[in-house]
Amino acid sequence: MAADNLPSEFDVIILGTGLTESVIAAACSRVGQRVLHLDRRSYYAGNWASFTFNSLLLWIEEYKAQQETPSTNSVQECSDQIENGEEVVFLSSVDSSISNLEVFSYVSEESADDEQPMAPVMYSLLTAVEEINGCNTEAQHMDFNACTEGDIDPQNLQGKEQTSQSHEPCQLKENQKDQQPITSPEKVEVKKKITYSTLLKEGRRFNIDLVSKLLYSRGLLVDLLIKSNVSRYTEFKNVGCILTCHNGKVEQVPCSRADVFGSKQLTVVEKRMLMKFLTFCLEFEQHQEELQDCTEMSFLEFLKCKKLTENLQYFILHSIAMVSQDAPVNNGLKATQHFLRCLGRYGNTPFLFPLYGVGEIPQCFCRMCAVFGGIYCLRHSVQCLVVDKETGKCKAVIDSHGQRLGCNYFVVEDSYIRDDQRIQRTYKQISRAVVITDRSISHSESDQQISLVTVPPLEPSSPAIRMVELSSSSMTCMPGTYLVHLTCLSSGSAHEDLAPVVSRLFHVPSICTEESVQGSEENEKPVILWVMYFNMRDTSGLDSSSYNLPSNVHVCSGPDDSLDSDFSINLAESVFHQLVPDEEFCPPAPNPEDIIYDCDQGEGANFENDSHKEGVVIEGEDVPQENKQQTSSSETTASIGQEMNKYDTQSPSQVNNP
Amino acid sequence: MHGRVKVKTTAQQEEEKRKEREKKLKVYLTVRDAIFKKRSNGELDEEALQLTQQLLASNPDFATLWNYRREILLHLETEKEQEEMQKLYEAELLFIEACLKVNPKSYGSWHHRGWVSSRLPTPNWPRELSLCDRCLSLDDRNFHCWDYRRLVVKMSGVSVEQELQFTDRLIGSNFSNYSSWHYRSTLLPLLHPQPAADPASDCQTRTHPHTPPTASPQTHRHRVCEEQLLKEYELVQNAIFTDPNDQSTWFYYRWLLGRAEHEDLISCVYVSREGERVTVVFSKPATVVSLMLVLDGQPQRVEWRSVHPLLPHSPVWLCELPPGSISDINNEHNLTVHWMEKHIQRDCALYTGCMESWCRDSATDQELFRSDLSVEKTSVLQSELESCTQLLELEPQNKWCLLTIILLMRALDPLGHEKETLAHFQTLKEVDPMRFSYYSDLCSKFMIENTILKMEYAEVRVFSLSNANLSTMCHLDQLLLVTHINLCSNQLTKLPPHLAMLQCLEVLEADDNAIENLDGLYHLAKLEEVSLRNNQISQISDLSPLATCPTLSRLDLRGNPVTKSANIQAELAELLPSLTDLLL
Repeated sequence: MAADNLPSEFDVIILGTGLTESVIAAACSRVGQRVLHLDRRSYYAGNWASFTFNSLLLWIEEYKAQQETPSTNSVQECSDQIENGEEVVFLSSVDSSISNLEVFSYVSEESADDEQPMAPVMYSLLTAVEEINGCNTEAQHMDFNACTEGDIDPQNLQGKEQTSQSHEPCQLKENQKDQQPITSPEKVEVKKKITYSTLLKEGRRFNIDLVSKLLYSRGLLVDLLIKSNVSRYTEFKNVGCILTCHNGKVEQVPCSRADVFGSKQLTVVEKRMLMKFLTFCLEFEQHQEELQDCTEMSFLEFLKCKKLTENLQYFILHSIAMVSQDAPVNNGLKATQHFLRCLGRYGNTPFLFPLYGVGEIPQCFCRMCAVFGGIYCLRHSVQCLVVDKETGKCKAVIDSHGQRLGCNYFVVEDSYIRDDQRIQRTYKQISRAVVITDRSISHSESDQQISLVTVPPLEPSSPAIRMVELSSSSMTCMPGTYLVHLTCLSSGSAHEDLAPVVSRLFHVPSICTEESVQGSEENEKPVILWVMYFNMRDTSGLDSSSYNLPSNVHVCSGPDDSLDSDFSINLAESVFHQLVPDEEFCPPAPNPEDIIYDCDQGEGANFENDSHKEGVVIEGEDVPQENKQQTSSSETTASIGQEMNKYDTQSPSQVNNP
Repeated sequence: MHGRVKVKTTAQQEEEKRKEREKKLKVYLTVRDAIFKKRSNGELDEEALQLTQQLLASNPDFATLWNYRREILLHLETEKEQEEMQKLYEAELLFIEACLKVNPKSYGSWHHRGWVSSRLPTPNWPRELSLCDRCLSLDDRNFHCWDYRRLVVKMSGVSVEQELQFTDRLIGSNFSNYSSWHYRSTLLPLLHPQPAADPASDCQTRTHPHTPPTASPQTHRHRVCEEQLLKEYELVQNAIFTDPNDQSTWFYYRWLLGRAEHEDLISCVYVSREGERVTVVFSKPATVVSLMLVLDGQPQRVEWRSVHPLLPHSPVWLCELPPGSISDINNEHNLTVHWMEKHIQRDCALYTGCMESWCRDSATDQELFRSDLSVEKTSVLQSELESCTQLLELEPQNKWCLLTIILLMRALDPLGHEKETLAHFQTLKEVDPMRFSYYSDLCSKFMIENTILKMEYAEVRVFSLSNANLSTMCHLDQLLLVTHINLCSNQLTKLPPHLAMLQCLEVLEADDNAIENLDGLYHLAKLEEVSLRNNQISQISDLSPLATCPTLSRLDLRGNPVTKSANIQAELAELLPSLTDLLL
């Protein structure tokens, strides 16, 4: 095994390849720290990952398998690695950060002659759920746990699958009646209707994010990407429009000047009031006199007191500031100001989305870490920490191959931490839904844009939901489909939280009634092809005092529930400063031609390799960073992104030694 | 420190860069010299194309090289097949595109592109259009690109509708764009022209049954039909409410509201037996006029002159009839003035027992002062005024809004809105002190217009506008018949040459101003009394224009610096012998 070749000493060992860990890895490696970066998974980015449709199905299967057989922490042969005065602290070998996973498929299965190497098992399962879902409302909340624990034997499944198949052909004929007779019905079907096997066949066109984030164009992440030159590794697309669910309809939020000008929903007077208020927010600090009497108010009260119409209050509160009703004035103003400052830097909305998905970004930082000598191993974990009894510090770790690796610092993602190592065990959950639909939710003429949709709480008690709709131009879904991410802070399971909104905004085909429900109203809504619900643990509320771990072990939270990644970047920077207090955080990388290759052999060789690898990327060095980020068209896709994706998730190499 | 990347120092980097630059310069100069040599040898070959391409790629503003390339290409056209030329020109376009990336505002590159596009045997206009679109999306104010785009549109015959949609799109993405608004203003009249006016409602035809109909349609050439105008008003309102401080929209709005072009016509013919003089007023200032005067059927040989030598371009022209032609008060006369080049004429009858006579359209007849804005239906203007007022409530300090409101009020009912107009002018002067004088002059103009209207309604020949902060005089051609004028307590600094248009003036009162100059009191045949108390006349020579007024008998100069000069009495007696009453 290649891992045998690992050096035995490192400055920093980092476990987990989520955004925070990756940024720390890049920052440390950049200033000359010896970094070993590990992840027990076969893919990069942990809960930040983006999956092709097929690998997402594998991920679902893994989850399901883990639910079936909850593996126990096996104490292995590591006593021989331990010296006197040392003790071991085991880490969790099970990732329990995902829960309540449910999948529903609403696409028909095409004729069985399509060869699907891995899908059949999955599919039958999914169909089963779908069947139950379709026929029996009580079974709606049935999730995989129930499904797998339950007594649906393969025979039974088979039967159900057949019934569903016998259903489909009928419907097929129904549809064909309206069409002109075409000799090969198969072709028509592919065009007109997306089937499950098309999803599988075109699965590699999907890049489905586990966590749905956007980048504020003047947010910490964009600043960091530019400052560190990591931005050269990927490309972005501007979010095209901001929508909101208002009075039961999806409406565009007027936020930029051009939007306000073009808005059809606002009266001219409202336009003026809105522009005036937004201009005020841009420099609200300079208008303290106007704020004096309002400091105690909530932001909503403040909006009311500014005599904004209900329409405007709604847009500002939910879609521009994106704060809750009872948020204090200052928070609302700051959020609005941040939003406005981000407008116009790269486009008409404040947001950027990384092509090929959010999972690209941690990988970009990993790449930067590798370029500066960091060592990468996937499917490679740490069993336990070796703690010096005297100092109480972590001296070394023992990896999943039993090798002892010395380190000064150990950085670990929260999902590797055992529950008994937490002092505080209450944390938030994020509810997520991933929906594949057949058309865009917005009625605008350009259907190839990315949209952010805010869905305010349906009832005062329910959470505000954030929705990001991605078109195929974002390189995250196949042409003809849209990938919709819904996110909110959990109050129940993801399905409980999000299903009401999903069924409101989308047409959920139900097998039993599909033929009758062809009303024009239903036809306007996007039709759901496939949907997945799950909850993700959000430990962003915990800090170092919440863990019972050695002082030189730093725990990084997974993704938080916010739209941006500022929390993770801040955390990474603060951990970095604890590890190497006197160094700059991610300074710009030097130009490759300025690097001098005259140091000792080994390292020199390393760098030659790296800079060779980088040669492709650094082309067009003269192009200003900001221009470079401004992705103009979907054709100019990031070759780097694709490349990373290919060799990271498709062929998981254990050791990616630079 | 192990593992740390070693980087060259800045000094090292600079040294390298310097060397690099030197090397580049050397290559550049060598190539340049080679090109010049080839050109002076008259070599028009493809090698020269290669060489110039090399240099232009790094410096696209080298105009000589573009010229050379054109020479070469023209030469090659004589040698090569059309197909080969097509390829060559297409390669040229590709090359220019690369140059435009180096400098998107290179005059040479854009011009060359225009030239190549017009030489191309089979041009690909859609590609050129999309190039322009791409370029404008990067910089929507690149006027080079706008120019080139206009060329492409003209050559390829893109429909006006499409172009209008194009401006829709650009304005939608950013309405602070003069180019787009202006382009729109040229397209709209083509696409939605205002239908020719209904002859029955045309006042010009009514008062002048003999006017040839060709004179009418020209006035509407630049106008837009009402239905489209309403849509444009809505668009503009969205923009001005969104950002009331953006000038481009306000300018477009002013264009929409329109500045009607006055038709050429003779608005007044005045004849006086005293001095046997005929005065003609045109609707617009004219320069050298080919007028024919027919008196009782007999064409007269007369010499037309402007009212003042400083006004060669004047709306008022006059002439003296041959002595004795109309002096007998017992004769009745019929005069006709023909404006030859415009085919316009006007009659005037002088009856027995009358010393003078006139025939004219008054300011009220012509709705003269409303027509600064076009003749939209009142309701449209009314609703525009309402929405602007609404905007003003939200933005009480917005100068564009204030000014537009004033204009709309004037278009609707100048007298009715006089008070509000004055208040708005006051605010304008406060919020925009840089343009204080502009607003003062504009306000003076409107006040004079109002006074003229009041005078016309009262059917008197007295013009009185005192204590009104007047800073300038205008519309004096409308005051031809005025006998008494009162301009006391204003801020006038001079009596401009235009005042000589007041051919009937007998009494002038202009006390309490800051008048230094009396140029306008020139050859006023009937002027008898001039009161200029408390002004700034400081030299006797400043009073010399008065010497041209033969009947001046009373002059009040109290409170002027000139009264302090020695010998004033004697000098004035010499300058103005007709004076009987002099107050110093």
